Amino acid sequence: MNEDDQDRMKKLLQQALPPVEGDSEARGDLWPAVLRRLDAQPATPASAVWAWFDGALAAGLVALIAFSPASIPVILYYL
Amino acid sequence: MQSGESYVLNQFQQGDASAFETLFHQHQRAVYLWILRITRNPAAAEDLTIETFWRIYHAHARFEPARGFEGWARRIATRAALDWLRARRTENNLSTEMLAEVAAPVETDPAVTAETRLKTAMAFARLPPKLRIAATLAVIEELPQKDVAAALGISVTAVKLRVFRALRLLRKDLEKQGITP
Repeated sequence: MNEDDQDRMKKLLQQALPPVEGDSEARGDLWPAVLRRLDAQPATPASAVWAWFDGALAAGLVALIAFSPASIPVILYYL
Repeated sequence: MQSGESYVLNQFQQGDASAFETLFHQHQRAVYLWILRITRNPAAAEDLTIETFWRIYHAHARFEPARGFEGWARRIATRAALDWLRARRTENNLSTEMLAEVAAPVETDPAVTAETRLKTAMAFARLPPKLRIAATLAVIEELPQKDVAAALGISVTAVKLRVFRALRLLRKDLEKQGITP
C-alpha cells in the first residue's frame, strides 16, 4: 500500500467516523460513583492476577514456540 | 516550599484521599473525553472513567509526581479502554453509536455513499483493538503521534506501523465487500 492509498484510506475513515466533539462531557459528576466503586471493590493484588492469567499465557506461548518454532515471526508480528 | 500542584501530587502519591479527589475533579473531563475518543460510546466512557480513577487510586504508590499526572492517567485510561474493546463484541449497536451520537459535524464527500461509510465503520470495528486504538487516535482524532505513542506506551515508529497495518487490513476488508477505496 503506497502513500496515496494510505491517504485515500485515511480520508474514507474520517468520512465514516468523524472525530468526537471536543466539548463532550459526562452527564454529571462522576465522583459519587468513584466513591461507591472504591467502597465496593477493594484492590485485587496484582500478583494474584498475574499468577493465573499471565502464567497461563506464558506457558501457552512457550509450548507453542517449542512445538512450532515457525510461529515465532507470527507471534512477534502480533505483539 | 512546594507549589500547590506539586504538593497535591506528592500527597496523592502517599495515598491521601483529598488529594485524589482534587486530582479527580481537575482531570475527570480530560480522562472522559480521551476514553470517549477511543470507545465512541458515552455510557461506556462514563463507566471507564470511573474504572480508570479506581485503578489510579489503587496505583498511587507507583505514581511518580515528577512525571506529572495527566500522561500517567491517560495511559491508565487507554489500558482500561483497550480492555473494554477486547471484551466487547465489535458490531453490537455499532452503526448508531459510532456514526451519530458523539461525532462532530463533518462535511461529507458526496462521492462517498452512506452505505460505504457504514461498511467502513463496520470494517474498522472488526480490526484488532490495538490497531484500532492507534488509528482512532492518530487518523480519526488527528492527535499528535507522540501523544498517541505515550498513551499506548510504545514508540512513534510503532504507532506509524500500527496505523499502516490498520489501514491495510481495512482496505482488504472493504475490497472483500466489493468496495474499492
